[in-house]
Amino acid sequence: MDTETVFAGHSYTATRIKGEPLSRLPQDLYIPPDALEVYLETFEGPLDLLLYLIRKHNLDILDIPMALLTTQYMAYVEKMKAIKLELAAEYLLMSAMLIEIKSRMLLPKPAEITEEDDPRAELVRRLMEYEAIKLAAQHLDAMPKVGEDIYVASAYYQHIAEVKPPEVTLDDLMEAWKNVLKRAKLNQHHKLGRAELSVREHMSLILRRLKTEELIEFSQLFDVISDGLPKLVVHFLALLELAKEGLIRITQQEAFSPIYLQASVLE
Amino acid sequence: MREPDNITEMKQILEASLLTAGQPLSLDDMLKLFAGRMERATLRMLLDELKADWNQEDNSRTVELVQVATGYRFQARPQYSEFIARLNPERQPKYSRAVMETLAIIAYRQPVTRGDIEQIRGVAVNPNVIRQLQERDWIDVVGQREVPGRPSLYATTKHFLDDLGLRSLAELPPFDDFAQSEIPLDT
Repeated sequence: MDTETVFAGHSYTATRIKGEPLSRLPQDLYIPPDALEVYLETFEGPLDLLLYLIRKHNLDILDIPMALLTTQYMAYVEKMKAIKLELAAEYLLMSAMLIEIKSRMLLPKPAEITEEDDPRAELVRRLMEYEAIKLAAQHLDAMPKVGEDIYVASAYYQHIAEVKPPEVTLDDLMEAWKNVLKRAKLNQHHKLGRAELSVREHMSLILRRLKTEELIEFSQLFDVISDGLPKLVVHFLALLELAKEGLIRITQQEAFSPIYLQASVLE
Repeated sequence: MREPDNITEMKQILEASLLTAGQPLSLDDMLKLFAGRMERATLRMLLDELKADWNQEDNSRTVELVQVATGYRFQARPQYSEFIARLNPERQPKYSRAVMETLAIIAYRQPVTRGDIEQIRGVAVNPNVIRQLQERDWIDVVGQREVPGRPSLYATTKHFLDDLGLRSLAELPPFDDFAQSEIPLDT
């Protein structure tokens, strides 16, 4: 669709702007369809679209050439449908309204035309109100706002806490500490590992035995019948630890022969 | 603690309270500072003096005392806003046109129902738009219109005025200023 066909279909000479017959096409009347897709997203509704058209075409809002506006509007709506834009029902309703206004204007007019008789009056009123709201919205948007352009002063001061923390006596603290200890003991009990069987304790046990017996054969050190595996392991670790610290001497005559332990003697 | 017995001390108490409040203090709030020993008229006079003290001609002060809808607050002079904004580079997201237009309708036409807003904008109101404005505490429901369905009536809040630095709605430009029969070409 181009501007020629738009005007051909709607009695070119009847199109008047401000009462003047339209002698030539206004500049920038036609918006290329490609550009349209960009615009479509930005309209806030049919009134917004109509206002855009009126503004774009420099039409007098108080004397809207309905044929021109309706044609342009319908072209947009068709385009919206063509690109399968989910079309709000409001756009279709507006189409119907525009066509209705246009039709009524084609009917024979009474001799005296008053303002109220103008079928465009209600549309014009709504357009003007919406235009004003649009401008008001822009104004509000541009106003400085707290957190954006207005920064409220807030010097720090030490607030006196309104909810006082509960008082704590020394006794309370002692009680709490006892509980902690009690719980810690319980925990210790549950963590029966070889480390907790105290390698140190077993080191002492071995040394004590070596005090009474000068020489112990390795296997005699372990009571495999009554001691559990963890205890045996700890016992062995204690043995290694003693050797490492040089507190005992471990000797063996030859491979696979019995191993003997004895307390180290200071040279 | 000794009660203040001269104007200078009273002004100092007001100043310290306003500077640390972080939000507007109402006259009622400030009367509490003086434990009932202050007349409202005197308080107003002290605040006027304090305002004048801080709004020096020579711009020697960096904050100023202003009156907004819910009371008085100290705020940075506008010429520092752009610098302060750099402290928080993540600026508040812009509201959509739908949100701002809805806000404008509520501000200028309150109290209004959703139907009123839809009538003016020519499109259905997205509930999200109303919610955004309510979450910002810029609008609230002030009642119901006594028609079938009893639709909620929305109005702007004092917080909205505070945020825009206004004392009352009357400080907004008159609506007629925006109504123009000659629609300018935007070029």
